[in-house]
Amino acid sequence: MEKQEIWIDRTRCDGHRLCAELLPELIQLDDWGYPIIAPGPVPLHLLDHARRAVASCPVLALRLKTMSQPPPRRN
Amino acid sequence: MGRGGASFPVGIKWRAVAGAPGPAVVIANGAEGEPLSRKDQTLMARRPHLVIDGALIAAETVGADRVFLYVGEAHRAALMAMTLALAERPAGDRARARVLPAPPTYTAGEESAAVHFVNERVATPTAIPPRPFESGVDGRPTLVQNVESLAHAALIARNALPGTVLLTVGGGVARPGVYEIHSGGTVGEALELAGGARPGARAVLLGGYFGGWIDAREASSFVLDPRTLKAAGGSLGCGVTWVLDQAADPLLETARVMRHLAEESAAQCGPCFFGLRSLAAAATRLATGQPDAADLPNLRRWVDLVRGRGACRHPDGAATFMASALKLFAPDTPPPGRRARA
Repeated sequence: MEKQEIWIDRTRCDGHRLCAELLPELIQLDDWGYPIIAPGPVPLHLLDHARRAVASCPVLALRLKTMSQPPPRRN
Repeated sequence: MGRGGASFPVGIKWRAVAGAPGPAVVIANGAEGEPLSRKDQTLMARRPHLVIDGALIAAETVGADRVFLYVGEAHRAALMAMTLALAERPAGDRARARVLPAPPTYTAGEESAAVHFVNERVATPTAIPPRPFESGVDGRPTLVQNVESLAHAALIARNALPGTVLLTVGGGVARPGVYEIHSGGTVGEALELAGGARPGARAVLLGGYFGGWIDAREASSFVLDPRTLKAAGGSLGCGVTWVLDQAADPLLETARVMRHLAEESAAQCGPCFFGLRSLAAAATRLATGQPDAADLPNLRRWVDLVRGRGACRHPDGAATFMASALKLFAPDTPPPGRRARA
């Protein structure tokens, strides 16, 4: 299975904090309430939690990306 | 950005754009939003054809059929010179290239912001990836290149090796202005070109608001070469060499720059918008003699906390600047009269 990482679009994130609630193992909040995401691949045993954290972001700022996949096209 | 800010090697960038599929676009970046810098606007005002030549050579090389000459709208002389120079060119050049005034903000010159402005007339940085060379103007591979780097390319095409860099020398010097210096020159030589630093100079800000403070005694021997400077922990950045003289207060100057950088955040990314405001507020309290006990430790922690956490490098630049100020100016313990409140 390919390694996945959590990618954040910082321009979208509004600090709703749900991700840090759902995935405290990998996501902490900074002094201003914005997520600090642990770098590197998501450990296998946390993948389900990571998917839930990504899906629960109200502004769709998070994505699970296969590592070293080609970047998305700009529309 | 070439010589705009980050010193990303020109060759690698051109090859990346040339290697991407489909016709490309070139943006000649003359936004120059750095308040202390004059070198790009001076170059465009005095040698507009050299810049246009460079942009067209870049277009030829990377396979671009459209060229945007992105010139800061506040740089009137540069804007006029570039517009007139383009009007003098053959029809083929005029069909490919056009002048596009850039908004006068700090982040408008950031690569993705330039692409965003061409696409949607909004000069704010966008999330990466994709990078402009992958997908930029209208989704096409796009080269965003600083105008000085393009002028260098034009000189190389004329078999004249550039071998010089443009610097804006300002602050506490006899004759502030834009100077051309050979690339192996030192900060001391640059200051001599500008008539020398006034006596009692305390520090030199190298690289502008995204650069860093260097002790004035050490600065003279610094070689103005990107690689040498990087090894010494500095950066040539946009080529600003600004002298902090005796009359200026280093902490007040630092706080002033931090407030400017905080105001110039594009206000899109939380860690940049709120982080830089916190940094600016703490730096201001420290400079005006009313710091909270937590300000100094917070400043040291926040410079690492905001770095790399924006869509663009704005927070990184601000962090580099603030870290250099902390290293050079911040007392280990607050001095008398600047005692911390609990």
